[in-house]
Amino acid sequence: MRTKRERLTALAMVLPTLILIGIFVYFFIGKAVFFSVSDWGENPQQPALSTTVVRSGVGLKNYENLMTDIIHANFRNSLTNTFFFTVFFVAGCTLLGLFLAILLDQKVVAENFFRTVFLFPMALSFVVTGTIWRWLLQPGGGINQLPTMVGLPPIQFNWVSSQETWLQFQWHDVPMYLTFTGIAVLALLATRSALKHNWRSARFASALAGIILLIFLAGLWNNVWLPLDSPEVEPMIAPKGFNAALLGIIIAAVWQMSGYVMAIFTAGIRGIPEDLREAARVDGCTEVGVYRHIVLPQLNPFIVSAVIVLGHISLKIFDLVFAMSGPDNARTVVPGILVYTRGFRQNAFASASAIAAIMLFLVAVTIVPYLWSQLRNRT
Amino acid sequence: MNFRVRLVFAVLLLMVVGGAASAQDTAPTGRLEIFSWWAGDEGPALEALMNLYSSMYPDVEIVNATVTGGAGVNFRAVLKTRMLGGSPPDSFQVHAGQELTGTWVVANRMEDLTWLYEQEGWFDTFPQGLIDQLTYEGGIYSVPVNIHRAGVLWYIPANLENWGIEVPATLDDFYTTCQTLKEQGVTPLVVAEAWTVIHLWETVALSVLGADGYDAVWTGELAPTSPEMISVWDEFGRVLDCTNISEDAAGLSWQQATDAVVAGTAAFNVMGDWAAGYMSTTLNLVPGEDYGWGEFPGTQGVFTWLSDTFGLPVGAPNRDATIAWLELLGSVEGENAFNPLKGSIPARLDAVEVAADSYNTYLQSAAEDWQSHRLVGSLMHGVVANERFVGDFNQVIDIYVQSRSSAAAASAMEAICFQSGACGT
Repeated sequence: MRTKRERLTALAMVLPTLILIGIFVYFFIGKAVFFSVSDWGENPQQPALSTTVVRSGVGLKNYENLMTDIIHANFRNSLTNTFFFTVFFVAGCTLLGLFLAILLDQKVVAENFFRTVFLFPMALSFVVTGTIWRWLLQPGGGINQLPTMVGLPPIQFNWVSSQETWLQFQWHDVPMYLTFTGIAVLALLATRSALKHNWRSARFASALAGIILLIFLAGLWNNVWLPLDSPEVEPMIAPKGFNAALLGIIIAAVWQMSGYVMAIFTAGIRGIPEDLREAARVDGCTEVGVYRHIVLPQLNPFIVSAVIVLGHISLKIFDLVFAMSGPDNARTVVPGILVYTRGFRQNAFASASAIAAIMLFLVAVTIVPYLWSQLRNRT
Repeated sequence: MNFRVRLVFAVLLLMVVGGAASAQDTAPTGRLEIFSWWAGDEGPALEALMNLYSSMYPDVEIVNATVTGGAGVNFRAVLKTRMLGGSPPDSFQVHAGQELTGTWVVANRMEDLTWLYEQEGWFDTFPQGLIDQLTYEGGIYSVPVNIHRAGVLWYIPANLENWGIEVPATLDDFYTTCQTLKEQGVTPLVVAEAWTVIHLWETVALSVLGADGYDAVWTGELAPTSPEMISVWDEFGRVLDCTNISEDAAGLSWQQATDAVVAGTAAFNVMGDWAAGYMSTTLNLVPGEDYGWGEFPGTQGVFTWLSDTFGLPVGAPNRDATIAWLELLGSVEGENAFNPLKGSIPARLDAVEVAADSYNTYLQSAAEDWQSHRLVGSLMHGVVANERFVGDFNQVIDIYVQSRSSAAAASAMEAICFQSGACGT
């Protein structure tokens, strides 16, 4: 039992940090959200940078504009880009990191040397990585010239400036995809709970999935989405899909971060007792089987941490894209770039704040469930 | 009153008068922070100006604060945080026109310099067309140190001869030339990253609308959805068909586009005359022999200008030293110290003639045109539209490039005119 005095001391110790974080993190987040529901920089009668600027509240108008205005088509592009970038970046880093960690686990000579080599790219900043890879991926140089060394014709691909879009989809179908993903996730949770005989949460999850499905089938979902419908010309002016120009950026990002994932996984593999593997081998398990049935399941928490860390990096990515394809490239634009250009180049501080708030929301959606489950596990 | 007392009085009086007089003539002292985006290749020109200033006002310590990035793309973000934070530099670089007025003058953050123009007689030494576009609601807020020309057509004369073509005089000629070049596997017109495409658009718009029509777009007399503007987009589309826009354009810098012309993989490039500086200085080509220039088809007799200027922010820490700096910028000596090194021409009409030897062949020809041509302001460089508009115009260009629909682009342009308060709205 702690005494009152001890508690007071503890509080006094953390108070300065709490105050500083309160002001410099949460207060300013609040301020940005406040600006995002104002017309700062959106009203030509009120010059954005005036000392006497009057900011009036406009509710969710800025958010609505981002989703519906023809001029904000590149914000919707940026969300699509973020989605594809996140998927390929996280998957690429995790798989490559896992592969490297397993390689290092084979008792190779000079293991420390290799580990340092793989980890080294992480010591560079994204701006440096971006600049190097921008040169390597130039249309007429670097990577594209590699095949000529063995007498093959050079590659013609424009790694960061290709105008091609693969896996095209319609923006107005996004609510449908989101709904089905939601239902699928809930169904999965329900099955898992049912397998664990946790009937209460199984019933809850399946009921929720059923309700969403019903709303969707009744056609109501489209009405929920209607106020945020994009212009009819959207597919023509800004096709959505996986922009091939993102490939170069994904390559550079994976190159930089897979060493870090490898380090996490190496630590995880080290933590698995050798007895477990020995026991499996004695039971007749093959080497592949040892990894499949012993190592991978033990690595699960490490994989989750790695995915969370990579996920929030990719949602907030700015510097790498800025260095590799510049702030004005519509094929590789990401929300972070738009916050910068709309805010500091165009003085449209309100819509820049709205984009920042949406980014914060996306990161929160990724991180909060993780933190929540971590805290629950600890108590 | 005896003589002694009178003498003391006289001496005292002299001291007071003398003191007052010397207070007026005091040379400025202290720190003078000059905030610009001129570093690297452009650094020496700024340093020449600063050295001249230091020799005139040795008591002032000049602080050369720069944030690199072409056309001030990164610089402007830093400047804005400083101004919002209440610590303006003594003087900062800004493009003349809406980039200055639309952001800073409307926000009441600049001092009116009309009195300085009158004191220095600048109303007679700068061309009227420039004064008109520098003036905002009766006031003038910055001093131009140079003039660059935008929308110049660059080429290599020897290459044109090999391909059997000449510099086209009209857009129709250009389309014919374009076919000839495509058949020979040459890119007729090379463009680079997004801003160079806006720059091409303004040049095509000027060609289709003429100087008066082009000005009318920005005063609101010509609506963005008018038939004339639709035809601008139509012609822009035909010009784009002669470029590398759907290939590697987005990944190229303007220098790389110039390189393509020099290397002979492309025939023409539309760029501002900083390209002349790049080819003369960096690539060591001789202007008029190794590389040539001309007016974009249909823009003959018109000079699209942009100008780097410096102003006096409200609350500048060292106002006296800043005014002395501005006086130097607008003087013949100042402009002649700066421009030959920068690769631009003086805004003053009377500067080149006193130092003709220091300007190369290209700059002399540009200076002649500056005297005689009709002047219009560059859109991309913030003369005719504010920063909000120029940023959103990127999106309009992208809409056109994706959809190739003149109507869609025109209505998008109408929307951003309205939202940004540009085009006379």
